[in-house]
Amino acid sequence: MTFHYQNVYINETATIAGPFEKKGPLSPYFDKTYEEFYFGKKTFEQAESKLLEESVNMVLSKAEKTKSEIDLLIAGDLLNQIVSSGYAASNLQIPFLGIYNACASSVEGLIIASNMIDKNQIKNCICSVSSHNLGAEKQFRYPVEYGGPKPKTATFTTTGGASAYLSYHKSGIRVESATIGTVTDLGIKDAYHMGAVMAPAAARTIYEHLKDTKRKPDYYDLIVTGDLGIYGKEILKDYMKTEYQIDLKNYNDTATMIFDLEKQKDVHAGGSGPACAPLVTYSYLFDLMKKGKLKRVLLVATGALHSTTMVNQKLSIPSIAHAISLEVIE
Amino acid sequence: MIGDDMEKSTYKDLVKKHTPKEDSLLNGGIAFIVGGIMGVVAQLLIDFYGYYFSIPKSAAGTFMLITFIFLGCLFTALGFFDKWVTFAKCGLIIPITGFAHSIMSAALEFRKEGFVTGIGANMLKLAGTVIIYGIVSAYVFGILRLILGGAV
Repeated sequence: MTFHYQNVYINETATIAGPFEKKGPLSPYFDKTYEEFYFGKKTFEQAESKLLEESVNMVLSKAEKTKSEIDLLIAGDLLNQIVSSGYAASNLQIPFLGIYNACASSVEGLIIASNMIDKNQIKNCICSVSSHNLGAEKQFRYPVEYGGPKPKTATFTTTGGASAYLSYHKSGIRVESATIGTVTDLGIKDAYHMGAVMAPAAARTIYEHLKDTKRKPDYYDLIVTGDLGIYGKEILKDYMKTEYQIDLKNYNDTATMIFDLEKQKDVHAGGSGPACAPLVTYSYLFDLMKKGKLKRVLLVATGALHSTTMVNQKLSIPSIAHAISLEVIE
Repeated sequence: MIGDDMEKSTYKDLVKKHTPKEDSLLNGGIAFIVGGIMGVVAQLLIDFYGYYFSIPKSAAGTFMLITFIFLGCLFTALGFFDKWVTFAKCGLIIPITGFAHSIMSAALEFRKEGFVTGIGANMLKLAGTVIIYGIVSAYVFGILRLILGGAV
C-alpha cells in the first residue's frame, strides 16, 4: 500500500539521546544528550516518558508553536501499554493517538500524520517516539544489574526521544511518498537475533515500495533501514538479492550508524528501539540533506512484534517494516 | 510464497550463513580458570574458618557459602558485579555467587515498585527456577538413594 503526498513537510525535528549515544559518532548532531539514565526521575519508565515529553516541548519551541496550536500528537514506544507516550500525552494536553509497531512506530506515525495533513484533515502534527535501554532490558530481558552474557547478534536498545513537527508549510524536508508494510514471519524464534527476525519484513517493504512507485533502488541516494544491526544488514542484502533480485548498494542501517561498533563493544550488533531510526534520521541524515549531500532518502523503519509471552509459548517472532520517502525541497 | 515452510528453511540457512559463531572455546576457558580460582578461594576460606573458629569442616563450608553469597550481593548492589559476570560468564554464574547475583539484581530492579508488589513478587524471578528444580531433584535423588539401598 503506497501513498503519494503533495504537500507534507517535516518542518522541525528534536532529538534527545542518552549516555551511550552521547559516546557514539553522531553525538554532535543531537539537540541534547544526557550523561546518565534517570534525567532527574526516579525510575526508567518515568525517565523515558520525560525524554518523549521533552522532545515534544523542544520541537514546539523550534517550530515556534504553542501546544494549543497543535492539532494532533502521535506517539509510540516499547514499554507495556506504551506508557511513555501515554503519560507524556497526559502532561502535554494535545489531542493524542498512541501507536505501536515496535521499532517501526516512528515511520508508522509519520505515515498517519502525512495522510491526514495531505487530505487537509489536520494542519499540523507532532510525531514522537522514545525508547530507554534500561527500561527495555527490564521489560524484555534480565534485570539491569544482572550480568548474564549475550550473544554477538544481540542489539542494544537506544535511549532517546525524537519528535518531528509536520505541516503543509513548505520548509525543512518533504515527505514524498510512503509504503505501509505487511507483517512477515519467516520462523525465527531467537529474541537475541532481531536482525534476522526483521530483515524479511524490510526486504518485502522495500520491494513493494519500488514496485508501486516503479523505481529502481538507485533512485534514492540512500536507502536506510531501522535497526537490523551489522548481521541483519548482511542478511537483508543477501535476502534482497536471492528473493527479489534487487542489488542494494546505496544502503545503510541506522543501528550501525548510531554507535561506534569497534569501540563500543557493549552494544554488540548495534542499536535498536523505536528511537534508533529517528535519532539518526532527524539529526545526521537531515543535516546531510540540508547540506545537499543527500537528495532522496528512503527510510525503512523495522519493528519486531516481539513479546516474551509468545516466545515462551514457542512461537516465532513476526516483524513489520514501513517505508517513507524523504526529499530535499527543490 | 512468503512464509511457507520451504522459504522458512531456505531463510534459516541464509541467516546461519551471516550469523557469527560464539567463541565457545574462549568462553569455556575463561569460565574454567575463573571457576577454578573460585574453588581455590573457597578452599582457603574453609581452611581459614576451620582454623580460626575451631569448627568442623562442614560448618566452615557453610561459613564459606555465606561469605560468597554476601559478597555476590554486595558487589551487585555496588554496581560492578554485572561486568565481572559478563566477563567470567559461567565461572561466576554456576557458583553460588551467580545465585546471589540473580536474586540481588532482581530485587534492586523492582525495589521502586513496593516491598510486596515489587521486591517480594519479583526477587526470585530468575532464581525461583533454580530453587524449584533444586528441591525437586533433591527429592528425586533422595528417593532413588532410598530404593537403591544407600539410605542411612
